[in-house]
Amino acid sequence: MEANTYPRFTPEMKQTHTILIPNMAPVQFRIMAAAMEREGYHCELLQNCGSQVAELGLKYVHNDTCYPALLVIGQFLDALNSGKYDLEHTALIITQTGGGCRASNYIFLLRKALEKAGYGYIPVLSLNFSGLEKDSSFPMTMPFMMKLLSIIFYGDLLVALRAQTEPYELEKGAAAAMQEKWLDLLCKQVLDGKGCSNHEMKETMPQIATDFAAIPVNRIPKVKVGVVGEIYVKYSPLGNNDLERFLTSQDCEVNLPGLMGFVQYSAYNISETVRLYGGNLLEKWVPDVMLKFIENTEALVIRVLKENGFHAPLPFKELVKLADGIIGTGNKMGEGWLLSCEMVELVRAGYENIVCAQPFGCLPNHISGKGVINRIRQMYPQANITPIDYDPSATRVNQENRIKLMLAVARERLQEQYGVKN
Amino acid sequence: MRVGLDIGSTTIKCVVLDEKDNIIYSTYERHLSHSVEKSEEMLRRIAGQFGEEVLFAISGSAGMGMAESVNAPFVQEVFATRVAAKRLSPETDCIIELGGEDAKILFLTNGMEVRMNGSCAGGTGAFIDQIATLMKLSADEMDAAAQTAERTYTIASRCGVFAKSDIQPLINQGAKVSDIAKSVYQAVVNQTIGGLAQGRPIEGNVLYLGGPMTFSKCLRESFDETLHTKGVCPENSLLYVALGAAYYADQTCDLLELAEKLSHHNATATYRSQQPLFESQKEYEAFCARHAKDSVPRATFSADYDRTVHIGIDSGSTTVKVVGIDEEDRLLFTAYRPNLGDPVKLLHWILRDLLQGHPKMKVASVTTTGYGEDLAKAAFHADFGVVETVAHFTAAKHFLPDVDFIIDIGGQDMKCFKIEDGAISDIFLNEACSSGCGSFLQTFAEALGYGVEEFSRLGLLAKRPVDLGSRCTVFMNSSVKQAQKDGATVDNISAGLSISVVKNAIYKVIRASSAESLGRRIVVQGGTFQNEAVLRAFEQEMGVDVIRPDIAGLMGAFGAALYGKRKAPEGHVSTLLRLEELMNFRQETENRTCGLCGNNCQLTISTFADGGKFISGNRCERPVTGTKDDGAWNLYEFKRKLILGYKPGENRRGRIGLPLCLNFWELYPFWHTFFTELGFQVVHSPLSSRKLYLEGQNSIPSDTACFPAKLAHGHIEFLSRLGLDAIFYPCMTYNVDEGKGQNHYNCPVVAYYPEVLSGNCHCLEQTKFIYDYVGIHRPKDFEKKIAVILNREFGGITAAEVKKAAKAAYAEYNHHMTEIRQEGERLIKAARAQGKRIIVLAGRPYHVDPEINHGIDTLLTRYGAAVITEDSISHLVEPFQTTVLNQWTYHARLYAAAKYCCQNPDMDLVQLVSFGCGVDAITTDETREILRQADKLYTQLKIDEITNLGAVRIRLRSLFAALEEKEA
Repeated sequence: MEANTYPRFTPEMKQTHTILIPNMAPVQFRIMAAAMEREGYHCELLQNCGSQVAELGLKYVHNDTCYPALLVIGQFLDALNSGKYDLEHTALIITQTGGGCRASNYIFLLRKALEKAGYGYIPVLSLNFSGLEKDSSFPMTMPFMMKLLSIIFYGDLLVALRAQTEPYELEKGAAAAMQEKWLDLLCKQVLDGKGCSNHEMKETMPQIATDFAAIPVNRIPKVKVGVVGEIYVKYSPLGNNDLERFLTSQDCEVNLPGLMGFVQYSAYNISETVRLYGGNLLEKWVPDVMLKFIENTEALVIRVLKENGFHAPLPFKELVKLADGIIGTGNKMGEGWLLSCEMVELVRAGYENIVCAQPFGCLPNHISGKGVINRIRQMYPQANITPIDYDPSATRVNQENRIKLMLAVARERLQEQYGVKN
Repeated sequence: MRVGLDIGSTTIKCVVLDEKDNIIYSTYERHLSHSVEKSEEMLRRIAGQFGEEVLFAISGSAGMGMAESVNAPFVQEVFATRVAAKRLSPETDCIIELGGEDAKILFLTNGMEVRMNGSCAGGTGAFIDQIATLMKLSADEMDAAAQTAERTYTIASRCGVFAKSDIQPLINQGAKVSDIAKSVYQAVVNQTIGGLAQGRPIEGNVLYLGGPMTFSKCLRESFDETLHTKGVCPENSLLYVALGAAYYADQTCDLLELAEKLSHHNATATYRSQQPLFESQKEYEAFCARHAKDSVPRATFSADYDRTVHIGIDSGSTTVKVVGIDEEDRLLFTAYRPNLGDPVKLLHWILRDLLQGHPKMKVASVTTTGYGEDLAKAAFHADFGVVETVAHFTAAKHFLPDVDFIIDIGGQDMKCFKIEDGAISDIFLNEACSSGCGSFLQTFAEALGYGVEEFSRLGLLAKRPVDLGSRCTVFMNSSVKQAQKDGATVDNISAGLSISVVKNAIYKVIRASSAESLGRRIVVQGGTFQNEAVLRAFEQEMGVDVIRPDIAGLMGAFGAALYGKRKAPEGHVSTLLRLEELMNFRQETENRTCGLCGNNCQLTISTFADGGKFISGNRCERPVTGTKDDGAWNLYEFKRKLILGYKPGENRRGRIGLPLCLNFWELYPFWHTFFTELGFQVVHSPLSSRKLYLEGQNSIPSDTACFPAKLAHGHIEFLSRLGLDAIFYPCMTYNVDEGKGQNHYNCPVVAYYPEVLSGNCHCLEQTKFIYDYVGIHRPKDFEKKIAVILNREFGGITAAEVKKAAKAAYAEYNHHMTEIRQEGERLIKAARAQGKRIIVLAGRPYHVDPEINHGIDTLLTRYGAAVITEDSISHLVEPFQTTVLNQWTYHARLYAAAKYCCQNPDMDLVQLVSFGCGVDAITTDETREILRQADKLYTQLKIDEITNLGAVRIRLRSLFAALEEKEA
């Protein structure tokens, strides 16, 4: 493929094209899609899965590329092959972090794959905050960005509430139904251009939490499992063989730290880079201001969780401090120090059983995942962490077997602690 | 009464305990992958003998799915082991358990921890089995042999397939079976400790469990030796998991009821399937008829045959092939035999019988090819040797003169090449991770109790072939097991395996996305394509009819014979040993350490009856010719000399150690100068070696990181013993900005590996380790930031001093890079003056380390090329647009170097890629693309711990052969 000849997404296409979105975090992304609709884009969150997704990925992407790239690209190709879309009027969107990890290259791999598969004419949009792909990036306005932030907070809240209610609910399915109800409601609001202002959030978020708190539960002690990892395999059921559901089926409470942490982490890194190596003070200042600005909503989320008897994550400011003695906060490729800090936070909050999920051979996670586990164990002997690799050939049985081992140890401890066998 | 059932990957174990927990019945049986049927039978047996209602639990790696499907209580197997150990050997501190496919270490005291092998380190017991099969030994024989070993060879301790590719050449080179056996056990030990201990020392009372541990004394001894301990293999060591399950069992089950459920489970087929190979018998027959047409004419070869014969010998990895042709290219005789680990002996028999049986024939030429080409040529005085790729191409052309794609799947290796304008334009060899396809089919057939031919025939008319994906054979092993659990029958598994072999070839090795991109005129060959199921799967997958010569398994030998015929002048008489000589032929092999230089290569020396010698295992020609390679044509050697030329200076402020790993291979001049200027005495760790690596390997937390990174642990270990004031190894997100790309990052591993070292190397507890985040890409800021760090650590260092030292450091770095560029320029000029081929051996700075590049640089100069580096020419190219995000400094150099090759007709690029380098998944395709635009060959060499250069040699010789063809 000649460099630079790929098609651009022109402003006119906004009217004519449907944008396909890969499904990473199903809850958060669903509301985001509504926000894009509101902006006048036609978009669709991809739901297609199955073995052919990974196969197409393997076929059109270098096989040693990370699993998320294989899956995301495979999912796009599978969708384009499906016949469901008018290919002349379809575009794709993919996130680009701009960091030093391979993930910044996904968009290029996607373009190469499209070319190889005969879809070279389909434009690809980059969703990034780093100024990459200037002529192909999703136009990001300040108000829209603020809206996205609110949506992520909503999504994280819904995920946390359901996760903390579902294992204990008396009536099976109640928490799931509640999440569905609020998702519908929020999507509708967002489509109407509502719901995302500070004052609307202040009103809505407590309602959500009280709704969940009202679900009848029996809080008998259960094994609590935290999930951290490379962002795609951490969240995407397609990437992690439906890990959350598996853990739930094993009668665990699952804590999937929120997506907002990654956003804050990304912003923080910009200013931390300047602190470490010097540079433009404006670059340092802008993210700091943004982080400061988010703090209010963050505090709101934490408050509504706590007030309704739920566990709340640490505020970002506190989370950063957990890096001390574990990893440097200059470690900013992939999930970097955030991943390590999330593990520490989970352990300290009683989610001492952790699945650290990564694509096979994920470079950053050699360091901030597997590389720090020994240190965390030294500082927190109760940490029961199992790293699990995901790739197209890793069998589910193998993964689940290892998780079951972690759970067996966890159950034994639970039994020692509470005298219950579960 | 309690019953514990342990269903492992290869065996099934069961114990029955009475009320007092005495074992009243136990059994240990191989299930030959019929785990469900076997379990059912076992449950019925026990129910009949001891009663139906018992406390019961299932455990074992293959037990989970089964337990779920019949709703029986399940205990995770490691957990079960622990339960049993607590009860039976309460003093135990640590358990090492090896099973059919798993390896586990349990630390019981001082913070319980369990470690299991990752998805990469596939097999242990299965691996030993595979190697035993390869050497035609039973497990007992192998253990017995190992006990008489005199030496061990280095065998990669990563996954089984890697080790296999180390062992195969040893077998071919005639290394002793006993020594290989011992080396295999040692590799298992290294793999277990390296992969699982992950920095935690194995101490105290150690318990050895599981099949391989129980059956092999030598394996236990190897563990003892390596761990400096005396482990115990207890009574019932095979049954711990089953015992644990029985102890843990707290639910009463009806065994007959479970057996009944299992029999139903068996009947439901829920695995993922794909299109059958043939819809009908008729379709199959048409297929056979079509392929029957591609055959070579034969001539009679009677005892009194008195005309000329050209002999081709293909000494492959697992088989030996011999072909004789007459002047009309007609086949006179063929031989295709498994080499049983001793190809020379086998060839000796074949040749002797041939000469004896046909005393009047005139041997005009003998040409050898394949892995054992050199050995066979030396042993029997053959006339010519030809690299196997060229041999195959020669043979394929005979069937299809305008062939544009050849794929050869042999016992252990896969070779494909594209042909454009009558020359090989692109070569794909399987990298170590997907090799063994042909022999895998065979091993699997045998594991299921079939011969390979019978096994693959079973699949031809299978209705629902299992979809097994397209990855390396170790993974396939567990996929097959899973499919069996899901009820796939042998015929469907057989078909699935054949399809997988093909998918591996197409998507893993060649990475083609369509048949058109490979070519339409395809010749397939190699023993594995004799297999009609594989052949059919290939045609289906590619969507094109291909040519499979009737001598598909003999094409290498046939091609060699044709090659010899072309090369031999009219009336030529072969130099082959005469019959008398063959009658007296003897071969003795001796192993010793070369000792002529620091590499200490392990040499295998074969001495023949006529006094001729053949040396293998050498990295250079020194043990053969007695003279040393002076490195005059090797920029890698020049770079090594530059780095090693920096000597420790005066010690005014203290001693600082720098590990000679990863980016220090480029930044050593910078940091050495910087600290020396400040009055520190700077020392570095030595060149990497196997020993250095092994000393550091037990602190590696992620065994899938690249080898250069894993080596860092050894360097740190070394430095930690020197009593230094500090070891300095900064984290560096950014590299120097050479303005070649959109950013100038380091890759995540180079950038942050010091974090891993700090968190996992216990040896650093005694030495100060400075690993702050530092950026030298902004010189002014660097001065300020580093001053703060140094004052925190040492105090009393003034800003002026730091400024001066920094200035000197930057100057020295620039000087260093300039020296490399100038030497590169000089080498290029000198090479052009002498008409030498110029090879850009492109990698990262740390690929200069001989332990990482395994001497590929000197190998290239041995082949007569001048070797230069990517960083000696990358500055000569203007920045240009790539189709990927060009954001890493080292990789930007690679792209630039490729571009520079495009502009210079006499320059070709060979890329070194470390296994596990995720970034190279992106760079290799891009580099290939850049070179292809200028019609340049692209050669990629994947390197790891593996020290064997066999495949590399083939690659490089094929490259040179292709370049010659292209020029001719």
